[in-house]
Amino acid sequence: MFKLIPRENVSPVLSLLGPLFSVGFTMLIGGILFYFLGVDPFAAIKMIFWDPLMSETFSTYSIPQIFIKGAPLILIALGLSVGFKANVWNIGAEGQYIMGAIFGASFALSLYPLESIMIFPTMVLMGIIGGSLWSMIPALLKVKFNVNEILVSLMLVYVAEQILALASLGFLRNPDGAGFPGSRNLSQYSSASNSELIMGTGIHLGVLLSLLMVVFFYVLLFRHSLGFKIKLLGNSPKASGFSGDNPNKLIFLCLTLSGSLAGLAGIMEVAGPAGQINIDFNVGYGFTAIIVAFLGRLNPVGIFFAGLVMALTYVGGELTQFMLNLPAAAIQVFQGMLLFFLLSFDLFVHYKIKLKGNK
Amino acid sequence: MNKKTENILFQCTGINKEFGSVKANDDISINVRNSQIHALLGENGAGKSTLVKIIYGLLQPDNGSMDFLNKEFSPKSPKDARAQGVGMVFQHFSLFEPLTAFENILLGLDKELGEKELHESVVTLSESYGLDVNLSSFIGDLSAGERQRVEIIRALIQKPKLLIMDEPTSVLTPFECESLFKTLKKLASEGTSILYISHKLKEIADLCDTASVLRKGAIVGEYDPKKMTARELGEIMVGQSLFEPKRPVATNKSDRVLSVKINEVKPDTQFGVTLKNIDLEVYQSEILGIGGVAGNGQEELMQILTGEKKDRSVSIKYMDYNVEMLNPRERREIGLAFAPEERLGHAAVGSLNLLENSLITDPKKRFQKKMGFINFSELNEFTNEIIEKFNVKTTGASALASSLSGGNLQKFVVGREIGQKPSLLIVNQPTWGVDALSAANIRQAIVEIANTGATIILISQDLDEILEISNKVAFLTNGNLSTPTNTADIKTDEIGAIMGGISV
Repeated sequence: MFKLIPRENVSPVLSLLGPLFSVGFTMLIGGILFYFLGVDPFAAIKMIFWDPLMSETFSTYSIPQIFIKGAPLILIALGLSVGFKANVWNIGAEGQYIMGAIFGASFALSLYPLESIMIFPTMVLMGIIGGSLWSMIPALLKVKFNVNEILVSLMLVYVAEQILALASLGFLRNPDGAGFPGSRNLSQYSSASNSELIMGTGIHLGVLLSLLMVVFFYVLLFRHSLGFKIKLLGNSPKASGFSGDNPNKLIFLCLTLSGSLAGLAGIMEVAGPAGQINIDFNVGYGFTAIIVAFLGRLNPVGIFFAGLVMALTYVGGELTQFMLNLPAAAIQVFQGMLLFFLLSFDLFVHYKIKLKGNK
Repeated sequence: MNKKTENILFQCTGINKEFGSVKANDDISINVRNSQIHALLGENGAGKSTLVKIIYGLLQPDNGSMDFLNKEFSPKSPKDARAQGVGMVFQHFSLFEPLTAFENILLGLDKELGEKELHESVVTLSESYGLDVNLSSFIGDLSAGERQRVEIIRALIQKPKLLIMDEPTSVLTPFECESLFKTLKKLASEGTSILYISHKLKEIADLCDTASVLRKGAIVGEYDPKKMTARELGEIMVGQSLFEPKRPVATNKSDRVLSVKINEVKPDTQFGVTLKNIDLEVYQSEILGIGGVAGNGQEELMQILTGEKKDRSVSIKYMDYNVEMLNPRERREIGLAFAPEERLGHAAVGSLNLLENSLITDPKKRFQKKMGFINFSELNEFTNEIIEKFNVKTTGASALASSLSGGNLQKFVVGREIGQKPSLLIVNQPTWGVDALSAANIRQAIVEIANTGATIILISQDLDEILEISNKVAFLTNGNLSTPTNTADIKTDEIGAIMGGISV
């Protein structure tokens, strides 16, 4: 019936329209979903996309929140995008995010109540190391034994979640916490606190770093020979070998780089907005960042905007939860749809559809 | 009717075929007479394949008419064409490797025939036309020439009046070519007309009675190849005068640039070729041609030479360096350059633009500033220089490599490698699938850098190319390399023996 014909030249306009169309379609289908959940679809869509930015009641709280929630998404997605460009599929950023948080927090809490200006930077470094060590497991298995990195990185998320539970109930549990799960609150430990930079907004160092990283990754990918090598490997492993690159080194680098960024996001979150290691510390940023990376077309600037849009659905989604009683799962479906539509529209970006002949 | 039309077996008039905006066939009319070998001559993309696909029923013309055996002829499918008496042997074989030759012939039949009956007719056929094939051997064990004979038997068993041969010699050794020509001449003398597609001018002069020349989808004219030189035909084919590059003068023997010693290197895949007993030396300003039929170890040898495959048992000495364990980039840094056979996906990447493709081989880090940042102005300048110097037809340096035609991309790749100013350039099939004019340009460029002191190893399956520009030749057969001989001292029949003798 139909025939897919690859387009010779992918138009940049079309490729930009893809993400916009997918947001539009998500609104449409999401609206229908909300209608069947018994909620006024127009009010819900407005509350997700409009009110956080424009409503006088919510925007002073919501706008900084978008940046706070966007920061980990952008950090993680930037790291992932580099791997995706090289056809290296780390989908376990959630686990690396958790391990970064646990590593950094364990370091800082082991020194409690010692105060020193060295604690905070070392803690951040430990967070980065934690995330990168966790991603080195799939990296080593991939490079040494050609084990599929998709499976290993994903499974390690569940391992990391168990370690998180162990930490919150065991070795990191707050001794003064009356037996409740969860570590000491890092934001109340001034040497380790990732405190806000602008009073009353909650904007923390992680937000600033996410902006810097956008610039850093842009330069890396488009201005530096290492970025080119990564792109070459993703486009043609054979040409990469002909160029003289060692694919294993690049694969290892891509995986540890994405792990480091996820770890950085994790330590920023635990020492800042989250405050403590707890069983439910992770909220799925590591998975959502995959959507962000693709929504942003694996381009650092695109990822910046995609991260903010995705953060908007988090913030707006919270609003609909307490204002309209929409279930939290409805928002996750909403976010999932975004990736689904994006990938669907990509088909039209890369292929022409032709009706097959008269017979 | 006059006498001339009576003698015509096949005729097409005003055939047009468009693909999108490209006119593949533009008002083509040809006449194929009885018992004649009629050449269809043209460069890649001239429209030869489109035309024969129309005749064989694989494509339908947009308009125009065909007559065959004095009847209107418009085959709807290859099966239809075969039933009416047209047979075709494709350039790329359509044989099943795990089956025997006989089973393959059996499978190709449209009508049911008793196995015993068929076996007899196949044997008679192969004996009377010199189509030597062991019917019970598996296709996978046969050489390219034998496979082709199976294909020819398969076509002939249906007793076609018109047999189409699409570039049949591209996979054959000179020896095998000769026996093919004998078969074709016998067939023609017994009343089968042959439409023979090729761009090899010499064989057309030897074999064909008439040549229709196509250029850019249209017929240029009909010529008698016996009365013309290959060069004249070639100039008609490309539409401009061709120049012949002059072979460089090899200098003093003392300056050995490269020596390669291989005892045995096993292939990475089961379909690969084991390289054995290779011992070669190349001297400064020399072009060493390495000939041989495809699949005799060219790819494997190239990989060892580029460093994409490293093997400790191999010894490669370049100037004073032992390079066998160096990777391609490290080899380039000391003055080597490579242009592998496969353009897209190996030498160049289709999804990257030409600037990025220039970055693939950058041994001297000319396009890098401090700390590995890319120097875009240098990169732009270099890429545009190649485009201009090698006459690469493209919309610009930011065009995707996949948007270039094969010939233009090849010019770009060869230009990029020559642009490294290498001391030793190793090229594999530099003019494969490239139009005649571009091919002449590429050969000229190779000869020029040899004249300025560079050494060249030219791996090619185009024997004429090797004999034209190399000082010395050696041949690969089954992974063995013959001892390099001076091109001036070698005779064509010796080449046949070297190439064919060991490959059986």
